[in-house]
Amino acid sequence: MLKNRIIPCLDVKNGRVVKGINFVDLKDAGDPVEQAKIYSDGGADEICFLDITASKENRDTIYDVVERTSKKCFVPLTVGGGVRSIDNINKLLNCGADKVSINTAAVKNPKVVLESSKKFGSQCIVVAIDAKKNGDKWEIFTHGGRNNTGLDALEYARKMEDNGAGELLVTSMDRDGTQIGYDVELMNNIASNVNIPLIASGGVGNLDHLVDGIKLGNASAVLAASIFHYGKHSVKEAKEYLDSKGIPVRI
Amino acid sequence: MKVTIIDYNSGNISSVINSFKEVAKDKVNIEVTSDLNKIKSSDKVVLPGQGSFKSCVDALNKINGLTEALHEFAINNKKPLFGICVGLQMFADIGYEETETKGLGWISGKVSKIDNQNGKYKLPHIGWNQINIVKQSKIFKDIENNSHMYFVHSYEFIPDDKNVISATTDYSSNIVCSVEKENIFGTQFHPEKSDKLGLKMIDNFINI
Repeated sequence: MLKNRIIPCLDVKNGRVVKGINFVDLKDAGDPVEQAKIYSDGGADEICFLDITASKENRDTIYDVVERTSKKCFVPLTVGGGVRSIDNINKLLNCGADKVSINTAAVKNPKVVLESSKKFGSQCIVVAIDAKKNGDKWEIFTHGGRNNTGLDALEYARKMEDNGAGELLVTSMDRDGTQIGYDVELMNNIASNVNIPLIASGGVGNLDHLVDGIKLGNASAVLAASIFHYGKHSVKEAKEYLDSKGIPVRI
Repeated sequence: MKVTIIDYNSGNISSVINSFKEVAKDKVNIEVTSDLNKIKSSDKVVLPGQGSFKSCVDALNKINGLTEALHEFAINNKKPLFGICVGLQMFADIGYEETETKGLGWISGKVSKIDNQNGKYKLPHIGWNQINIVKQSKIFKDIENNSHMYFVHSYEFIPDDKNVISATTDYSSNIVCSVEKENIFGTQFHPEKSDKLGLKMIDNFINI
């Protein structure tokens, strides 16, 4: 049977990991390649890089990171952050990314999703949705949660499915960074209304939150950053815990 | 030995190249090309494929003489060929993604959309699923039954002759995920993304 996936995410800035695993035996703790390798050796089902490089001059650093990682890690690699154009996507895929996640660009210009999924196939197009609760619905935010577009998250998710997205990476902006758990209501709301897989993100503080994301949020995959950093939990521990709760995982 | 990965603009093949190079180290020469003469002089060929059935078939046909060269390699000369994902699907007579499209016709059968049972199963079928080995295949050496492999697809290959099936996976129904017919091998999953076991399978193919 198909297993639920655990996806550790690394924030990368100017080609370096911002947070990450703090292992003493790492030669270079800031190297995304070494960190990704630790995750994949530990049983991560996929690896996600979120490029948070702010300055234009340093944006090309991600290509080198992706290229080096893809020569060492043989599980799927998703790259997000600053993915704007077909050219961007083409370059990331050529460097060895298996999927790209498109966020702001998809809101600004939904055609990017349509065109890129036609050109490269839906399997490599993930649409990242940052949503925040407003009254009884969720609205889409862009630019790292700063701009409210007023778009309804569920309607938008459906539209992205129609445009050819292969997966949706849904982050609750209310929960992101809080470590109090996913917004499972938001996840379930979207997951039960689209036919493509949903990756839950934002708010994980402990292993039970991963369980909730799958059981209550109906997510196919759970993404987390900080619980895997500094060795708080290993991916292996997370999988064993999910397994003990009756969730199918690859062990 | 020379193993050639066919580069026919079928989308992203860097992961396939990286994984074969990782396994081959310096022992085996890995070529990435659509050059007909280089294909002819190869010992083994890998046919990757991403995107839709139609876009891959169109891309193959765009390169003059390529399908003929592959046919000569795999069918006439019976040299080992490994199709991955849509690369496997193209072995079929016909595919129904986007529009009805003729395949290579090497293994009789069709490629149709997975039955999602009215939304009960999400499509694409993405992630790690177990393979149920139904026939020993040369590429399964030291691979245990029920091993996990990485899948990404919405369409499935349904061969007429069930004897070619070497493994299935359970998603909505028993989906054919590996075939072996004489010198022709194919997997619906991505060995290049299936971690150590996937690399082992690639190693097995190289060592046939």
